[in-house]
Amino acid sequence: MREIFKKGNPYIWLTASALTVCLLMICGVIVLIMMNGFGIFWPRKIVKITLHNGTVALGEIVKKEPIPYQKDSYRTKIKIGNRDVYGSDFTWIANADIVSLHFPIDAVVFERREWGNLYGFLKGFRQGETIKPLQHDTLMILLAESRGLYKKIRYIEKKEIGNINYLMEKYRLELKRLMMFPPTEKIRKKTVALNAKIDGLEKVYQEREILLNNLYKEAKEKEIVVLLADGQDKIVPIFQIIRVYAPNKMGFFSKLVFYLTKFWEFIWSEPREANTEGGIFPAIFGTVMMVIIMSIAVVPLGVLTAVYLKEYASDNMIARIVRISVSNLAGVPSIVFGIFGLGFFIYFVGGNVDKFFFPEALPAPTFGTGGILWASLTLALLTVPVVVVATEEALSSVPISLREGSYALGATKIETLWRVVIPQATPGILTGMILSMARASGEVAPLMITGVVKLAPSLPIDSHFPYIHLERKFMHLGFHIYDVGFQSPNVEAAIPMVYTTTLVLLITVLTLNLAAIVVRNKLKKWYSTRAI
Amino acid sequence: MEKVRTTVPEPIVNIIDLFLYYGKVEALKKIALDISRKNITSFIGPSGCGKSTLIRCLNRMNDLIENVTIEGCIRIDDQDIYSPAVDVTELRRRVGMVFQKPNPFPKTIYENVIYGPRLMGIRKKGILDEICEKALKKAALWDDVKDRLHANALDLSGGQQQRICIARAIAMEPEIILLDEPCSALDPIATAKIEDMLCDLKKDYTVIIVTHNMQQAARISDYTGFFMMGELVEYSVTSEIFTNPREKQTEDYITGRFG
Repeated sequence: MREIFKKGNPYIWLTASALTVCLLMICGVIVLIMMNGFGIFWPRKIVKITLHNGTVALGEIVKKEPIPYQKDSYRTKIKIGNRDVYGSDFTWIANADIVSLHFPIDAVVFERREWGNLYGFLKGFRQGETIKPLQHDTLMILLAESRGLYKKIRYIEKKEIGNINYLMEKYRLELKRLMMFPPTEKIRKKTVALNAKIDGLEKVYQEREILLNNLYKEAKEKEIVVLLADGQDKIVPIFQIIRVYAPNKMGFFSKLVFYLTKFWEFIWSEPREANTEGGIFPAIFGTVMMVIIMSIAVVPLGVLTAVYLKEYASDNMIARIVRISVSNLAGVPSIVFGIFGLGFFIYFVGGNVDKFFFPEALPAPTFGTGGILWASLTLALLTVPVVVVATEEALSSVPISLREGSYALGATKIETLWRVVIPQATPGILTGMILSMARASGEVAPLMITGVVKLAPSLPIDSHFPYIHLERKFMHLGFHIYDVGFQSPNVEAAIPMVYTTTLVLLITVLTLNLAAIVVRNKLKKWYSTRAI
Repeated sequence: MEKVRTTVPEPIVNIIDLFLYYGKVEALKKIALDISRKNITSFIGPSGCGKSTLIRCLNRMNDLIENVTIEGCIRIDDQDIYSPAVDVTELRRRVGMVFQKPNPFPKTIYENVIYGPRLMGIRKKGILDEICEKALKKAALWDDVKDRLHANALDLSGGQQQRICIARAIAMEPEIILLDEPCSALDPIATAKIEDMLCDLKKDYTVIIVTHNMQQAARISDYTGFFMMGELVEYSVTSEIFTNPREKQTEDYITGRFG
């Protein structure tokens, strides 16, 4: 027995099994997310089920499971869609009730802008009271037309009317600011000019609105009729339909194309239906932008702190206490940082910024409310210990001979630090940055009170001067997961979205980190001796 | 017995009764010597004898170490370098130093050489280029690196790296160049190159070199000081020390009967 322990094999087993446990758990999580996340866009077959009591259900099989507390009995969860008709997207069917089950070849899924998917059979095109038969190809042409119309409407709504609103708000604030000055001739003139501009915009706005109304009317004109599983007809405006597909007819390649298109759409488009459908682009954008702003804030702060602690502070009691406190900051619950951010950044700093720079907008806050800048700064505060510790380590690993070489050439301490020591320590500093980025992109709690929202009307970067709007609220993948998974009105329908969003979050974090790692390795190569 | 102070022609450095303590430990005991202008002076002696400590006093590199106390006086060009009026960075520009291990900065060759001139505030590219070329030529490295001035200095061989460090010191146009065992990390060929270069350098500069290698001291230096246990045992013209040492300890050391 003693022999075995002497050889050391048990220790290898012990350490290796610890590693195995960690790896298994991590891999388990990742595989679970990948399986569920990658699968959701694959078109599934539509099943038609007839029950004993004569009811017919049409939809996708989601899962089968044993009925709890009943022996040998199973039930099937079916996504029947048609939320506007049936009230819910899903239904449970006990397997014992099923009479027949088959996959009708001409069953069609209509993906709609509102109310989720519609499952049924295409009956025809509605003209007054009659129904004209409709070919698949004609439907496609009609769909393309309506898509063009949709784009046009969106353009008018988002771009043109958005612009008008933006300008009107700007002029309104300018007017308010002018009113704060004593009324002189000059100011009166300016006020008149501004009012004229606002009136002009108002006119344009009304024109646009009439145009919009006409377009909407046009959009609602064309309708198709769909035969639902239970025999009733459902009239659907073509404008409501995003895409139509018949999964039971699709081959592998058309399914693949469908899958890729859906994934692409998921990443690049905006959410619909309380975030349970559509894409997550604003959330990806918000996450990346927040992490970048956070890095810009955290690196200088952390590096300067570490330089002082390492290079200037003498190694006394106070410095040691500060160092221990900095390391322990990492253990403070993140929500506490969030509350601090709310109190300090938003109410105090933001409030004062508003008072001095944006008094005309008050009482509506500009910076005195949650926004991407405050959220990023809060996270910077949260992750600064990581950067400080990593930088201190990096600074102490710079060989003394390099410092001496610089001093011997008549460099002062700050010149040596700036030109030799800090460049040499950059890879270590970047390691700290990478760790802090990973930590920050996973945080949700402090963001919830410092500026994240369920649905942000506009991105923090757009075409309006000054292009970067740091005061705006933003969307975040982590919060999106929480929101879709737990706060959504239709949680069941949103579950696949949760997995996919998680997957995208992981990929985003990975990409950000990889970028930083590539830079770091390039630098490392440069700073390491290859000869001798 | 009071030692005779060896006189040298045209002294540039006068060290007068210098004591140095690391905390309570006495590292240099009453060192007194003069160093001749535009000659090579070498310091030899066993490890820990204080020779490196002494040359680090000449550009005040010991200031960077805590707990060092210095008594006595060092004059360079008749100026006490430890007087409060002296600007240390200015002093280090006049007294350049090359270290035991090559320590080029992780920058390009060009950036390494012009590091000092840049600090002095020279910004014009033309002047910097000229300084760089001149220094590299003096360090006998120009032909090796003229085509890759913007390559990483760390890619060079050890001997080349050490010559970069010498060029870096020369670029400051110092009066004195201190070398602290510059060849101890190099192979014989690289060593020979550096020795040749040092012999050229003494036309313009005062060179002080610490070495473990007695042949090296004999080959290149004009004056040699032998140190032991923090004391200057003997100091005179090199040929004298190696052929006709006054002290028994010196003789034992250079003939290898030391200890």
